[in-house]
Amino acid sequence: MTYQNPPMPPRKSATFDDHTMAEIRRAAATGIYDIRGGGTKRKLPHLDDLLFLGASMSRYPLEGYRETCGTGVTLGTRFAKKPIALKIPITIAGMSFGSLSANAKEALGHGASLAGTSTTTGDGGMTDEERGHSEILVYQYLPSRYGMNPRDLRRADAIEVVVGQGAKPGGGGMLLGQKISDRVAAMRDLPQGIDQRSACRHPDWTGPDDLEIKIGELREITDWEKPIYVKVGGARPYYDTALAAKAGADVVVLDGMQGGTAATQDVFIEHVGQPTLACIRPAAQALQDLGLHRSVQLVISGGIRSGADVAKAIALGADAVSIGTAALVAIGDNDPAYEEEYRKLGSTAGAYDDWHEGRDPAGITTQDPELAARLDPVRAGRKLANYLKVMTLEAQTIARACGHNHLHNLEPEDLVALTLEAAAMARVPLAGTDWYPGKAGF
Amino acid sequence: MPVFDLAATPLRALNQALHGVAAGANDTAFEVLNPRGQHAVAVGIDGPVSVTVRGSVGYYCAGMNDGGTVTVQGSAGPGVAENMMSGTVVIEGDASQYAGATGRGGLLVIKGNAASRCGISMKGIDIVVHGSIGHMSAFMGQSGSLVVLGDAGEALGDSLYEAKLFVRGSVKSLGADCIEKPMRPEHRAYLAALLDRAGVTDVRPEAFRRYGSARQLYSFNIDNAY
Repeated sequence: MTYQNPPMPPRKSATFDDHTMAEIRRAAATGIYDIRGGGTKRKLPHLDDLLFLGASMSRYPLEGYRETCGTGVTLGTRFAKKPIALKIPITIAGMSFGSLSANAKEALGHGASLAGTSTTTGDGGMTDEERGHSEILVYQYLPSRYGMNPRDLRRADAIEVVVGQGAKPGGGGMLLGQKISDRVAAMRDLPQGIDQRSACRHPDWTGPDDLEIKIGELREITDWEKPIYVKVGGARPYYDTALAAKAGADVVVLDGMQGGTAATQDVFIEHVGQPTLACIRPAAQALQDLGLHRSVQLVISGGIRSGADVAKAIALGADAVSIGTAALVAIGDNDPAYEEEYRKLGSTAGAYDDWHEGRDPAGITTQDPELAARLDPVRAGRKLANYLKVMTLEAQTIARACGHNHLHNLEPEDLVALTLEAAAMARVPLAGTDWYPGKAGF
Repeated sequence: MPVFDLAATPLRALNQALHGVAAGANDTAFEVLNPRGQHAVAVGIDGPVSVTVRGSVGYYCAGMNDGGTVTVQGSAGPGVAENMMSGTVVIEGDASQYAGATGRGGLLVIKGNAASRCGISMKGIDIVVHGSIGHMSAFMGQSGSLVVLGDAGEALGDSLYEAKLFVRGSVKSLGADCIEKPMRPEHRAYLAALLDRAGVTDVRPEAFRRYGSARQLYSFNIDNAY
């Protein structure tokens, strides 16, 4: 009698999975690393790994449809003469004109203004349209200083000194030549059509002590009116937050590694920085240790998608959150309506990330006038406003269920973790226990 | 002429007064005494005012100047005239690092020496240094001109875009993508006009060498990343 092996399905390696092998082949064929937009695509510990403890006996809930739950937040209460009052604790993150089309920037302004919140400029400087369509506009002061001028500093509502970005802490940007229109080139003081590098560090200061003096200069130029934000990438959240606060920031913006980018190396996006979840508690702790929690506001960004994410970030110590990628999706990025065109570009709706190539069928990450014209900024703005409204309603619903009449009353005690990793990062108990890793030395 | 003695008056009062000068006002000349190295002196000027600072200043003096004329009768700390838009800033002594950083217009004259990173990320400013400059000057310089009557340190013009560099003395080394270019008559004429604007009368344009971008980094090339 002969023994025959039963038929077995072919088994692929978990280490060398399809994506990994495709990337090896791509690298072997081209000799160049992959540059793309978007944020981290692999699964990371995230706010999804936390759950809220709704009220039953030990907490008393509020009536979901009748009792009020405040959502307002004021940013810049530390030094600025004119702090910013937002109706909702969700802001739109900095994304550049150049990376995004003018229509996309206008849509973000429309949507944010309808929702009572702010938008943020980006590496390309401030456009008149952006200022005009954004009721509250934060002007980014970036290492590249493209388009930087005192006139725009003064017509901004706040200034965000960008030191790092979650998708690439320690890295600069690259806007490839095909997206450099006459207007983009003129705004950046560079010839048309050449690749434009955004430096990874500020040219005229080299550390937190210099930053303190730089912030002083910006305050003097703007007569101490504007809140000064400092944005850091989520890498060393405790020390970076502490140093930003020490340097005089009114607001610290901490961008976790799920944050998006217009274009950078895939290896950078996927392997540098820390998940947003891991950054919030250390940042809040830094402010608490300095006695500055809530007087220096903490804005968390990087992969925020829903009202649950908003509520969780606030419960862990944030004063507000900021969204970038989610806002682009809301106005039409990766819309399945353009599936056929995404396929022609070798992608699919939901996965298109070659934003740097300027061929975005949705007309958002492009400077091609024909593609950009596809995006109706008013209609897209309305969609963004709807999305922001839904996120806010969701966060309110959760807060009321936990017994709070303002989102800012959410606290870590409202949360448990589903995984050990999340418990350790968020410093909340593992579900069903009163323990989290690191508590009491264990 | 309004006089601000910074030994007795807060800096805020000076800058507020400079920002408060109305268009067409007659009283546009200011004098600043005892700056004693204070930071952010005369920043954010937004019109044709004239400021004479009697003494040395700290960081970011005349930052983002737009149309003013600022003369420092002393030396300047880091970042003097950073991001200047227009106007003139004259430092009669030496300047520390980042002089004229990211400047988008106007003229910066340094009668002494300037330290490292002079004209870093310059975007249209013209800088004339009577003495020498330190390393990494004009790094990522996009446009404008840097004229050095003395010597230049290491890595001059690293990653240069379209800024024009003229050096009379020696250059310790050129940075990535920065090369020496021939001085043709139009360059000599351009330089002569710039020297004239800066009040330099005893130096001939023929004594300078010209440097600019080889433009090899203008399109992303992986070979440049190693």
